Parts: sequence; structure tokens; C-alpha cells
Amino acid sequence: MSPLALSDFALVTCLGAGQAATLAALRAGRSGLTPCQFDTLPLDAYAGEVPGLDMLPLNQEWAAFDCRNNRLAALALAQDGFLGTVAAARARYGAARIGVFLGTSTSGILQSEIAYRHRDAEGHLPEGFDYARTHNTYALAHFVRDYLNLEGPAFVVSTACAATSKVFASAARMIETGLCDAAIIGGADTLCATTLLGFHALGVMAEGPCRPFDAARNGISIGEAAGFALLERPGPRHGSETIILLGAGESSDAYHMSSPHPEGAGARRAMELALAQAALAPSDIGYINLHGTATLAGDAAEDRAITGLFGGAVPCSSSKGFTGHTLGASGVVGAAICALALRHGFLPGSPHTNRVDPAFGSNYLREGQEARIDKAMSNAFGFGGVNCSLVLGRAS
Amino acid sequence: MMSLYVEGIGIYGPGLDGWAQSAPVLAGDTEYIPAPASIPPCILLPANERRRAPQTVKLALAAGTEAFAAAGRDPAGAVTIFASSGGDGETIHDILNVLASPLRELSPTKFHNSVHNAAAGYWSIATGATSASTSLCAHDDSFAAGLLEAAAQAVAAGEAVALIAYDVPYPAPLFAVRPVGAIFGAALVLSPVPTPASFARLDLALQPGSAAASPAAIPALEELRASTPAARCLPLLAALASGMAANVTLGYLDDMNLHLAISPASRPEQPA
Repeated sequence: MSPLALSDFALVTCLGAGQAATLAALRAGRSGLTPCQFDTLPLDAYAGEVPGLDMLPLNQEWAAFDCRNNRLAALALAQDGFLGTVAAARARYGAARIGVFLGTSTSGILQSEIAYRHRDAEGHLPEGFDYARTHNTYALAHFVRDYLNLEGPAFVVSTACAATSKVFASAARMIETGLCDAAIIGGADTLCATTLLGFHALGVMAEGPCRPFDAARNGISIGEAAGFALLERPGPRHGSETIILLGAGESSDAYHMSSPHPEGAGARRAMELALAQAALAPSDIGYINLHGTATLAGDAAEDRAITGLFGGAVPCSSSKGFTGHTLGASGVVGAAICALALRHGFLPGSPHTNRVDPAFGSNYLREGQEARIDKAMSNAFGFGGVNCSLVLGRAS
Repeated sequence: MMSLYVEGIGIYGPGLDGWAQSAPVLAGDTEYIPAPASIPPCILLPANERRRAPQTVKLALAAGTEAFAAAGRDPAGAVTIFASSGGDGETIHDILNVLASPLRELSPTKFHNSVHNAAAGYWSIATGATSASTSLCAHDDSFAAGLLEAAAQAVAAGEAVALIAYDVPYPAPLFAVRPVGAIFGAALVLSPVPTPASFARLDLALQPGSAAASPAAIPALEELRASTPAARCLPLLAALASGMAANVTLGYLDDMNLHLAISPASRPEQPA
């Protein structure tokens, strides 16, 4: 693929709102995971909850879109000068030439969970419940496209936990084939009973905060996040420090709906394809932000894939101990953390990981370190055996 | 503008039982007789997975399997795009129902079946396909969005892709707020270059403005098209069934549409 500029990005996780708050938490090694207080769930678990969303309703013309997922999307769009970035891009390209390709796994299903609790005696959902603008998978892009006043092609990719990685690939193809000149990519996933109790039912939730790659890891902690980026062709206005999307590799496991391939075969193929697109060798990569959700099988498979392809030298870490597993948003969060690592010369560590599994061969960073790197990779793998790896670099 | 060549079609819906039976109906040569959709079992899936698969998955797999067989392609090597206007309604209803009950204990199988990309996951297990696969949604316009992604992927990568679009009505009470009309699934195997199997060419162009979408010629099928997002492809499939050149407009979002010029691929190539 032709390299594309990731001109600007904005994100919100439980670490805070915006790049600076995120970077500060990463540098301090400060996890955002806290005992799960969400809803009234009887869960002995930790979660990465974004505080205050209950106090940030979407009002007036956006009221029909009001739900936790769209609220978090709006909060993320308001960070890091992103609304101004989009306005400038709109002036540059025209609204119809900017696509909106976003990812989510559960969109605003929480709104349906609430509506089901308030069914009337005949079982009808409450008056005013707006399925299309809240629960539907597309609701996120519908909201963001309207909110940003854009008129280009749009859709929502919903490939479970790889959703917001795959939108980088979709947007790159859309730009390459001339369907648009630029794209808003990213997405949002927010806490809801469906995922908290769903992963609980699968028996993969940790009781304490998740411990990626730890010998004693025992499952995931779920977080919520939203992140957005502007992707466009590199131009004269982009400086040498501009973050560049160099490659996106996609594959399918063809193995199991909710368990990874034990050897990480699909994960490895996604990484190989991303490197091939970027025309890079494994040794060119300076840091890998792992999928690393802290499940027994998932981390082991990813370690095998990493060591098989990269050997044991490339520094890597999962940021799930900071943010929790933000599910459909984990791809854009991982990409944003890679972008921060490239821009600020800091490789994040892994809070709550005390002792890396001695069976693992990868160079896992428990502590963050200052290091200037030129290329970084971000991994995201999901239910259905869907894998996506991104390679990011700098313009120079 | 982008061009794609159609190699194979799959279709299952009410009174539409595979392409061989449906093509003369869509072309207007045979009378359309509405009947409940019948979805053939997916013999490619291991027995365990076949038992667990929800109806949307069975529908998507049936349509996809038929299209690949018609194209004479091995699905194991092909990129896929799955387009549906939502997750599996029955599964999501069951989950929401349990979550609203005092016990709130979910079934792990139902949970993994609830993801929007469940059909893609089962498809890759059934066919051994390890290539890229994208599952996407644009509410009522999911077929047009899927076709756009399919075209971009086929043209950018220079390889054949399959678009599989499917929808199944939601049960009450969701049906009241999301009245999808009928079970309908369709699949197209699309190549960026003419191949021995290809029989029609599609020229796609995004157009601004809110021009009306092309209707289906047969009133009962127009009802199906209007009520069921995946069935928005019916005018395209009718044009392909007729074997004649045609123009079809697919609605796409509120402020644009996707224009399709369909021509038999045996005709001399027009300059692009």
C-alpha cells in the first residue's frame, strides 16, 4: 500500500482524555483499572471505566443518538484539537471526499439492555427508544459522520476485537481506489452487561486487574475507549515527525469462534502481511504493542507468533494492564499508543505484570523505557478468528 | 469508477431458492411464488459448529457456498466481505432477555454468536479460508457499503473477493423498532479482471445527491427489497439474471447513492 499520513489523532481511555493524559499515565506506569462498579453487576472483576460519562449526555440535535457509546465517541472527538483538524480537512477536501470508517463490537447495545429492563406489561420496549441511532452497529458512524458534518462514504466494521484495526486497512483501500481523499478512522466500545457477563460466562475474566504475559495471568479485564484519527495522503504540510501508516495485514484463523489458533498461525500471518505491505523486515520494528489480553491461551499463542517471526529481541508489551481490553476499540488504542511511542520516544511497560511467563520467548517490557524507535507494530485479534496488524512509522 | 466482473451468485430468500431457480423469476420469465425461505444445511461445518450456528450464519454460509460453487473457485483462498444490517436478532434478543432477568447468566455460545462477525468466523472454519475477511454494517444500506468495500478490496489487491449479504427478521420486541421484513441472503463472487467464469461486468460509481434507489420490477419482490436491507441487491440480481445491459441505483446513506452499470461481459470491453 502507499504510505498514508496519520495526521492527527484523539483518544479517551480509563487513563484519561487526550494524548497528554494517556502519555503521562503510560510514563508513570499508572494503570486505569479499578474494581468493576459498572451498573449493578455482581462481578468480582476489574474494569477500565471512563469516569463521568453519565454526566455527559448528548443534547439538542444529537439527543436521538444519546447512549454511552456515542457519548464516549463525542468525548474523544473533543480531545487533542481533533474537531479543528477535521474542520481543516473538510475545508481542504470537501465534506463528500472524507470517508468515515469506524469500528465497534457492541455499539450502543447498553441502550437495549436498559430498554429490555423497562418493557411494559405487554413486553413492548419503552416509547422513544431509538434502536437505529444507538444500538445498531452503524449508529456510531451515523453519529460521527453527522457530528463532524461529513458527507463521504461510511460504514462500521464489526469484527469483534480487531474492528478498529481493520478500519485502517479499509480506509487505505478507499483512498487508494479514489473513493475518498481522506478518512476519519477509529471507533468506540463501551462497557455493557453483554460483554462483561459474556466474557464472564466464557470463564476468561480475571478477578483482579489483568496481568498480560504474566506466568500467573488468569484472564482479561474489560475496558472502554474511543479513538479517532485522520488518515490522508502525505503532503507538504506534514513534517518529518508525522506518523505514517505503512502497512496493514489481515488474516483469519479458520480455527475456532472464541479460541485463538494455539500456534498463533493467523496472528503471525497478519504480522507478516503487514510487514510485506510496509516493505519492512522483522528487524526494522522497534516496538510491538501486543494484543496481549492476559488469557492463558491468547498470550501463549501470540508469544509463539512473535518469537517465530521476530525472535526474542524486539521490545513488546501489551497495554491491557493500563486500559483493560477495550474490545472493538483496542485496535485504535494500540495504534495510538504506538503513535505516542514513535512521537515521544517512550515504550510503555505493563502494570500488574509481575513475572513474565518463563515459557515465553519474546522481549516483554514490564517497565517502560525511553527509546527512540522508527517503526512500531500494533496487534489486534478477535472472536471469529479475525486478525489485524498495523505498522506505523515516521515520515522521515 | 471501478469495474468488477461477476463470477458466481448465491441467493436464498422467500420463494428464492438458489440462483438456478431464482434467476428466471428475477428476469421475469417465471412467476414469483412467495414461500418461506428454506436454507440448506451447511455440510462444510463440523457437526458441533453446525448445531451451534444461528440462522444468520446458516443463511450467509448457504449463499456464499452457492456463489463459490457457481464461480468454480475454492473459497479457502478468497477474501470475503460480510454485510448485514445487525447481529443475529434471535441471539441478541435471548441475551437481552437474560440480562433483564434476575439471574443474568449468559450462555457462552450465545455470546460468541452475538458478534456481528459470527458468520465470517463460521465461514472461515467451514471453508478453511485464512485470508482477510471484513464484516461491516451501514444499517439499511449495508449491501451498498459491502459492495463498495468489496470493490475497493478487489481493485486494491487485484484479486477476487466474495460479498455475502444477509438479514433475518428480529423477534419481538426488537421487531417493533427494527422491522426487517424477511430472511434474505445473497452472495456475489467478484473479480477485478475478466475470468473464464465471469459473465457480467459491474461499473460502480459513488454519486452525490439523494436520487431514488431502483425498485424491483415485481411488486412482491419490491416489498422484499424495501423491507429487508440485504434484499436491496434485488434490482442488481435481476439485471444479472436478465443478461442484458442495465443501470441500477443503490441507495447509500442519506446524501449519496451507488450507481451500477451492468453489462454482459461477453460484449467488447468499453473504454473505462
